[in-house]
Amino acid sequence: MCLAIPGRVLKTFEENGLVMGLIDYAGVQNQACLTYTPEAEVGSYVIVHAGFALQILNEDEAQASLRELSRLADIMEEDRKEKDAK
Amino acid sequence: MKYLDEFRDPQLAKGLLEEIKRAVTGPWVIMEICGGQTHSIMRYGIDQLLPPEITLVHGPGCPVCVTPLETIDRALAIAARPDVIFTSFGDMLRVPGSSDDLFRVKSRGGDVRMVYSPLEAVKMARENPDREVVFLAVGFETTAPGNAMAIKQAAAEGLTNFSEIVSHVLVPPAMEAILSSPACRVQGFLAAGHVCTIMGWDEYEPIAAKYRVPIVPTGFEPVDILEGILKTVQLLENGQPGVENQYLRVVSAEGNPAARAVVDEIYTVCDRKWRGIGMIPGSGLMIRDEMAAFDAEKKFKVEGIVTEEPEICISGEILQGLKKPHECPAFGKECTPTSPLGATMVSSEGACAAYHKYSRKGLL
Ligand code: SF4
Repeated sequence: MCLAIPGRVLKTFEENGLVMGLIDYAGVQNQACLTYTPEAEVGSYVIVHAGFALQILNEDEAQASLRELSRLADIMEEDRKEKDAK
Repeated sequence: MKYLDEFRDPQLAKGLLEEIKRAVTGPWVIMEICGGQTHSIMRYGIDQLLPPEITLVHGPGCPVCVTPLETIDRALAIAARPDVIFTSFGDMLRVPGSSDDLFRVKSRGGDVRMVYSPLEAVKMARENPDREVVFLAVGFETTAPGNAMAIKQAAAEGLTNFSEIVSHVLVPPAMEAILSSPACRVQGFLAAGHVCTIMGWDEYEPIAAKYRVPIVPTGFEPVDILEGILKTVQLLENGQPGVENQYLRVVSAEGNPAARAVVDEIYTVCDRKWRGIGMIPGSGLMIRDEMAAFDAEKKFKVEGIVTEEPEICISGEILQGLKKPHECPAFGKECTPTSPLGATMVSSEGACAAYHKYSRKGLL
């Protein structure tokens, strides 16, 4: 139920007094309310759940996590090769 | 999809798995709180890839599963009224009440409509001034801000034909209920990442300190879950209770204060009964007295609800991490996703449904 996925803000507009965004999820587009993420702008990635953006995805943190995890995967791969060689 | 696919990369998952194997001496019992995480764990066969020292137990984090039977029965009675357009998220439609569900009410002519956002229900109220639009507001902290905004919006527009049946639940009191049970075997938690987008992770620090457990807010993709498990195992092995955030790209310490402010404006904390578990003090949200005009349970008094749970169902013990679905005698026999006996088999995020669905083949 708490499923929430990242999508990219394509445009923002106002509807019935609420800030809304048109969000792109790899080609599928849908509207979401941006009232809880007022700093979201065109190009931001937001985490959307049940029609509301809950947070702006921190792209720097995402890249840093991926770099760290690739490093770990490489170390493990090296270790495995070493063990196999022995 | 960007920021999803990268966190499903088998190479990264493999590296994490090896590091977990290297770090663990165990044995450890770790609970993932959220049904979405249970679903991912089963889908990618993560439980079967982990070293035998780690046991994952599945938490109560499926709001559909824990919505009390009385609430469902009351919702069904309101949905059957001819003056009502009844709206709900899709996952609630098949949840069995004592003798009925929303789908069957619809097939008998009830005007039951699925919505993707609670704002769609407000729109229906705007467009149908001669009908009463009722929204079944269930969910955790993740869903409460949207559902609260629907009432705020209806109030701002002066709509008098919109109301909600509110059965919101809160995660930390449920964690405390699990931890303080004498039968508790959980030693560490993967906290529900999307609940933390709203609440932040700092509300878990007092729980981690009081019960001396590690709590790791974790995302939903396989790489997230494996990293969450690794961090939990490292904290356990080092004898370090405390909170460590895995889901850095989405969760901050403070969460989303703007969303919490609207939740506080519309709802207030109350005691709440969890289906299968029982009453947990301070574990729910209800509509504030000032907003009573938007409370469907006050607007449409439904009397004489007598609930009946199937005796055989052990979903309560499953939701507390005490038993696993296949230990239920009805699992896969009398109880299947097409004819569910309990809510944990209905919701796709329920542990019983997840066990039933996945032919548990590994990702790697
Ligand atoms: S298998 Fe069905 S009857 Fe058994 S615990 Fe799960 S939902 Fe209840």
